[in-house]
Order: sequence, then C-alpha cells, then structure tokens
Amino acid sequence: MAGVPGGACTRRTALFAAALVIALAAAVGAQAAPGAPTRVPLPSIEAGAGERCVEDTAFMRRNHMELLRHQRDVTVHEGIRTTRHSLANCVTCHAGRKTGRVTGERGFCQGCHSYAGIALDCFECHADKPAPPMAEVTR
Amino acid sequence: MSEVDHGRRKFLWESAALAGIALAPGITLYDLAHGRRPEAAASGKVRWGLLVDMNRCQPACDACVRACDTENGLSGGKTVTDSQWIRKIDLTDPRGSVRSLPMMCQHCADPPCVDVCPTGASFKRADGIVLVDRHICIGCRYCMMACPYGARSFVFEPVANQKPEVPRGKGCVESCTLCVHRIDRDRIPACVEACAATGHAALLFGDLNDPQSEISKRIAAVATTQVRADLRLDTAVRYQGL
Repeated sequence: MAGVPGGACTRRTALFAAALVIALAAAVGAQAAPGAPTRVPLPSIEAGAGERCVEDTAFMRRNHMELLRHQRDVTVHEGIRTTRHSLANCVTCHAGRKTGRVTGERGFCQGCHSYAGIALDCFECHADKPAPPMAEVTR
Repeated sequence: MSEVDHGRRKFLWESAALAGIALAPGITLYDLAHGRRPEAAASGKVRWGLLVDMNRCQPACDACVRACDTENGLSGGKTVTDSQWIRKIDLTDPRGSVRSLPMMCQHCADPPCVDVCPTGASFKRADGIVLVDRHICIGCRYCMMACPYGARSFVFEPVANQKPEVPRGKGCVESCTLCVHRIDRDRIPACVEACAATGHAALLFGDLNDPQSEISKRIAAVATTQVRADLRLDTAVRYQGL
C-alpha cells in the first residue's frame, strides 16, 4: 500500500522531466536556427542604410508615431527643423538598400504597417525616399 | 549625434552675423543677422516680406515661376487644374505699354483665408508667413473663396515624387509658402534667388519689422502699393511702380 502512491509520484516526475527535456531541446533548436519558419508569420523587412536608430528599438516600435506627430506640429507651426525625430531623417536611414524607399511590400514602413493592418498615410504627401545628395542644403 | 563644439558654433554664428552687417547696403538680399538655430521657433519680432519692383520686372521673363515649380515640385501647369503658387500677370495700358508683375500669396497680416478656415489648417506663423497645415486641412476650399488674390490652389490628383522638404498631396489646398523651408535655414525664397540670377533683381526679400533692413528702407524711401489696399489686409508683398 505504501509503495503505490510513491510509484505514481515517481512516474509523474519522470514524465515531467521528459517533457522539460523535450521542451528545452525544442527551444535550443529554435534558437540554433534563427531563419527557421515560426508558427507566427513575421514581416519581412528590407535592410536600410542606417546602423543605429535615434532611440531604442523597443521604444520606437511603440512610440514612433508620437514622436512624428510632435515633430510635425512644431515644424509646420513653429518652423523648428531639428532632424533627430524628423520623418525625413527616418526615411534617410530606413530606405531599403536596393529599392531606396521605405514603401513597397518589404519597405521598412509599409512592410510593418501592412503586417499590423495600420493605414500608412504619411507617404501620400511625404517623399518615401531620401533627398538626392545634390539637394543637400547648403548654408 | 556627435558632441557639439559650442565654442566653434558661437564663433560661426558671430561671424555670420558680422558678415551680414559688413556688406554694403544694396548688396545684401536679406539679413543674415536674423539667423536662427534649428531648435528655435520662428520669432514674432520678424515679419518676412517681399518688394516687387515693377520697373525691373520684365514681361517676357518667368524665371520666378519656373524656380518656384522646381523648388516645390510643382508640375508647371500641365493641366488646367494643376497648382500654381506664383504667376506672372501682364498689365496692358490702352496706349500700348505692357507692365508685368508676379502675383502670389500676399501673406496678409489679417488673412481672410485664416478667418474662414473651419479646422484651423490655414494659419499665420509667428513671423507672418501664411501657411496651410495639410495634416489638418479637409479640402473644403473656403480659403480659396475668401482669398482676394486667387492665390490658392487645390490638389485634385494624386502626387508622386514630392520634394522631401515640400510634402504635398491630393485633397489639400496649398499656396506660396514664401519658401518657408529655405527661410528656416537662412536662405532666401527660390523666386527671389532666380530673379537675382537673371540680373533683373526685381524681387527684394527681407524683414518688414526691422527698420534697418534693405526692404524697410526701400519702402520708407519710395512709393509702394499693396494690391487691394482697400481691404486693409496689410499685405507683406508690396509693389513698386504699380
């Protein structure tokens, strides 16, 4: 009588340990192959020319729209033309190396907005590619 | 962003200000001393204006119109509904002589377009430049009705290949911005630059609030006219010889 519950417990522990080992192996396997398909499809974004964003990536993912909205108001109404959070600065860095644009199926802006199902109105008026070097402002 | 060398920056600003003063009167096309840092807001102490000398403006010349089209990415009037920010008008005297003048947004001190705008998209900046905030514009076109100068255009068709400095698109009203993106970087409007390049130098740009500016001195010295002065809008664009 005394051995039955102990035997069940040992069996359960062994099952749990086995499950843990399988789960860990799966996780290690997933980490070992970063390009492997996941259950959740992720947007495929063309790499841009810039190396490092003006803010943390996690912060920008959630807040880029607030920065742009603020910048747009101070630029249009007050004539403040700092470049750090300007849309033109975003476009300069994030334009695709091949396409030279942030729009298009794999464009930095449009690729993610299509994935998230969020309308992207900026580029109905704004340029979606950087200014050519000739147009660089000369003081 | 690299670390700013404040000593060097101060030196550059002071040199620029000194250069603006050092040039002889008549040579400066604008006042460098008004230079403002990118992070500083437009100042209400300044009021930008234009003086058109009709004795120098040539009827056959449209350099200002072409420069405006190039600078702002306008089509140059390929179809009848295309935007026109500046246009040349010929005034024919019954005796045969023809005078010419450029007509654009007059950047009124009391702009009727701002009065009628239902959303606040039409606004006057602190330095007197009248603009449309396209983020707020709903395209109702009341301002086009209200403008006595017919200075505003509506964008009917989708626009592509805009200039990064001049965003514009379908469904908004637009007009001459006095090249606000250039003014914010201490440059003069494209039309003024192009007019000077032709040698006519019929356009003079400057600060109407500064009594020492070239434009203020000219307006004090010679008779100038505001178009439709009876409306008492206090326009920033003045005409000499009208």
